Amino acid sequence: MTGPAVGTAGSQAERDPDRPEPVRVVLAKLGLDGHDRGLKVVARMLRDAGLEVIYLGLRQTTESILLAVEQEDADVIGLSIHNGGHLTLAPRMVEAVRAAGMDVPVVVGGIVPDMDLERLSEAGVFAVLGPGASATEVAEVVRAAAAARA
Amino acid sequence: MSLPDNPVPGGAESHDDEDSPRARAEAQWRTAFEAAPLRDGTFETMSGVPLAAVHGDPPYPGQFPYTRGIYPSMYRSRLWTMRLFAGMGTAADTNLRFKRLLDAGGTGLSTAFDMPTLMGRDSDHPWAVGEVGRAGVAVDTVADMEDLFAGIDLGGVSTSMTINGPANILMAMYIVTGERGGTDRSLLSGTIQNDILKEYQAQKEYIFPPRPSVRLVTDLIRFTTAEMPRWHPVSISGYHIREAGSTAAQELAFTLANGFAYVEAAMAAGLDVDDFAGRLSFFFNSHIDFFEEIGKYRAARRIWARWMRDRYGARNERSLQLRFHTQTAGVSLTAQQPEVNIARVATQALAAVLGGTQSLHTDSYDEALALPTEQAARIALRTQQVIAHETGAPSVADPLGGSAYVEWMTDEMERRATEVFDHLDKLGEGSILEGVYEGIANGYFVGEIADSAYRFEREVNAGRRIIVGVNAYTEGDDGDTPILYIDDDVEDQQLARLAGAKQQRDSGAVVAALERLAAGAADPTVNLMEPIIDCVRVAATEGEIVHALEGVFGTYTEPAVV
Amino acid sequence: MTTELPGSPTPERPAAQPADSAVAAGDVTALFERARGGDRRALGRLLTYTERGGPLADAVAVAAWPLAGAAHVVGMTGAPGVGKSTLTDRLAQVAAEDGRRVAILAVDPSSPLTGGAILGDRVRMGSAAAPGGPFVRSMASRGQSGGLALAALAAVRLLDATGHDLIIVETVGIGQVEVDIARTADTTIVAVSPGWGDAVQANKAGLLEMADIFVVNKADRAGAADARRDLEYMLDLGHGTGWRPPVALTVATTGEGADELFKHVQDHRHHLRTSSAGAERRTRHVAEEVRRHLHRWVDLLVAQPSQEAAQLFAEVAQGTLAPSAAARRLAGELPERDATADAGGDKPEV
Repeated sequence: MTGPAVGTAGSQAERDPDRPEPVRVVLAKLGLDGHDRGLKVVARMLRDAGLEVIYLGLRQTTESILLAVEQEDADVIGLSIHNGGHLTLAPRMVEAVRAAGMDVPVVVGGIVPDMDLERLSEAGVFAVLGPGASATEVAEVVRAAAAARA
Repeated sequence: MSLPDNPVPGGAESHDDEDSPRARAEAQWRTAFEAAPLRDGTFETMSGVPLAAVHGDPPYPGQFPYTRGIYPSMYRSRLWTMRLFAGMGTAADTNLRFKRLLDAGGTGLSTAFDMPTLMGRDSDHPWAVGEVGRAGVAVDTVADMEDLFAGIDLGGVSTSMTINGPANILMAMYIVTGERGGTDRSLLSGTIQNDILKEYQAQKEYIFPPRPSVRLVTDLIRFTTAEMPRWHPVSISGYHIREAGSTAAQELAFTLANGFAYVEAAMAAGLDVDDFAGRLSFFFNSHIDFFEEIGKYRAARRIWARWMRDRYGARNERSLQLRFHTQTAGVSLTAQQPEVNIARVATQALAAVLGGTQSLHTDSYDEALALPTEQAARIALRTQQVIAHETGAPSVADPLGGSAYVEWMTDEMERRATEVFDHLDKLGEGSILEGVYEGIANGYFVGEIADSAYRFEREVNAGRRIIVGVNAYTEGDDGDTPILYIDDDVEDQQLARLAGAKQQRDSGAVVAALERLAAGAADPTVNLMEPIIDCVRVAATEGEIVHALEGVFGTYTEPAVV
Repeated sequence: MTTELPGSPTPERPAAQPADSAVAAGDVTALFERARGGDRRALGRLLTYTERGGPLADAVAVAAWPLAGAAHVVGMTGAPGVGKSTLTDRLAQVAAEDGRRVAILAVDPSSPLTGGAILGDRVRMGSAAAPGGPFVRSMASRGQSGGLALAALAAVRLLDATGHDLIIVETVGIGQVEVDIARTADTTIVAVSPGWGDAVQANKAGLLEMADIFVVNKADRAGAADARRDLEYMLDLGHGTGWRPPVALTVATTGEGADELFKHVQDHRHHLRTSSAGAERRTRHVAEEVRRHLHRWVDLLVAQPSQEAAQLFAEVAQGTLAPSAAARRLAGELPERDATADAGGDKPEV
């Protein structure tokens, strides 16, 4: 015995060794908009694709999202934006992540006109999931974002 | 223009006894029909075939339980109201639009407020950044409301205000605006949405917890009942429940349950049901499943009439008649190949008309992308006009009544809704109001809605449900629909306006009025309308009034049901 | 319609699972120092290591073990819908006002089919979003209860070692997980709502015996006084000497009764410190934890048998060895096994 028998490893041993560690994603809405149908549907899609969703829900601020990302050690931030505020809100989130010295990718879900995609890209948004994105696409994009981080 | 000789086919020619129930129903219908006005129009087909005003079996339109419509003549007397809901930028911008509308002969003004106003927050609140004036008009103080209606005789128009959490405050502002323009509150006419229960279930624009919020709703019902006979104090809205992902049956059930809850709350506050029930109105969604929607509207009227009469003891006919506004389903619009939305909206609008709606808003085809452009809004209105004037659908009341399928669908919608009422009745131990409170607290409503939304999404995902342009027939999306962008200056203008208003007022009077309001809030027997009106008069902001109430009522966080 | 945008930033960061364990150990030391200094991000990452298990988790545990032991650990359990998250939030607020550094571990189940989870407790924890609020970590069960309980214990110990003096472990329902976690908490709170259903359910799950404090939440509803009386009655019937669990009435949505609840927690803590109960409980907890490690080893031995074990199983199957004799021989092996190597790897080394 080389160290104290401290209980840490039990969890992994009893898990399915073929199952990779779940990606952890924070899902939230910024601002006042209360349309959370998309956010809830995506939460379930990601759960059913084997990810761990830390659901913050409505009326979050960049600060509250960052706090959750730190405490939860989340791999990805998923923002749902449905009020046309994507050009304001998404870049603000990316800025806040960078200003905090973090590297967590931001994925935006919602309706973003094609002509705004470039601006979001320039602002550092990792990907945009539009209406009609399938469950598989959603999970793949979030996994790709997590992989880009690590 | 003359009446067809035989408005009820089979009626006059039938061999029924004159005293048979059918003959009596027909005679009653005929009397009522003949008393109703007729609009100008040709009530015959394109081939010149004259049309009876109603077909089929009793009960006829205008007869209990109103499954077939609340009026004997329906659209032969008057078409539905074609309402367009808009409003953006500063109050002055919207005021200009109102005046153009009135000059063009309109009499109804619909006001959309921006998100901060809807959430009871001032334009300078941190949450408001980027939202001021974006999806509606920004109102912080009564001065903004005065700008909104400057130069408009409030006694001569009907105003609809879409606001819920802070409804009492905006109502107070409207009353004070009327006073200052010389119109007494008793002469004001219009509707305020003021349906807080569906906020907890679907739209999530709540401020206070459910019970104090329902008290505010009840206060407004009591107040308008006593002082504003021309005002509709609640528009019970299923629209948002559906948009959040519910099924048609859930929309029907949850909305009517909320209606019953308000009736119970107002009766508990000491009102006679017939004193206020006639001024309650409803607001439904029209989604794309054509016959299901029509069945939903027909079932809604029948359920409401029976419950109001049998459970709540209403005697006044108006209390039993469910009147409703309809809006086509925003959530059914696709960002892909957006022009196809015009076809969706037309189908949904037709369902609403065949279902007997009193007023209708048609969505613009570009709304999945952004706020509508003027051109898109015009097409939406033209769609209603085509149905009204070209299709002949409004010539006959309840034209689908008697169809085996439509009658079955109506029964099925009613059956499913009844299951929900039974559940809520049990949850509330004999009170629908308590059942709704419990359903909000235990996540029943949001859970049911989220389940339905996810089920639908999975069906689309798996291709079991086809959405044209989304998971089938996807070629041809050229993606250059023109989009409306909102001027960012609006926010700065509004912030300056708010700062100015705060500087000019007597802050001592504001503090005193807010303190009186808080004291009133702590006493459940006080009707808070007058104290709120007092706050508004001294230019307290919406956010300050909300803050004072939050100090007593607390704020609401939703149960974490995902 | 998905658009992956080009040119997204991927700045450097510590690799999540370094291949070299020496690097990992160094990493952990640095992170641990930062976490002790109040760095939330470092603590968040260490919790991830802990949750994942493996050599990094061991390194974290080794660092945390000597510094842990000062915190008071509260288990918060009760049926879904009772309002535990809000109650936890309120308790955390009161404790913080009293000068406590609070951490919350919110445990939710993983989907047994996909391994995914929706962790929604933060929605109800308003104070978590406030600056200076408690450290909140959501944890998915990710597997069976025994494993979760060990991972949760390790997480609690890490939170303890990084200066949190009140740690609230909130679990989702009333089941084995809750019982397991309650068995290792200093103070177990069982929350019920008015109406007798909850109390009966809690009783069935064996939680009544583990409760140190009862809470009747939603006490503004009808039936709260009855629920309290029923609980008191059950306590009259079944309770022996020593600490008698108090029954608190709370309205978590308004915060009413949270002060009283915190006072009960303080009283129970005092009771544990000033009576033999505390020491007994700690001994029981340690024994319980050791038992779980043993249990896990045994499970591993059966699930992934060494050559020698496989040989024994074969002999049992052939009928040449009795099962009990095989078990005794395998049990005899245990002390010779290298604990750290085993705890770190996926497969036991024999």
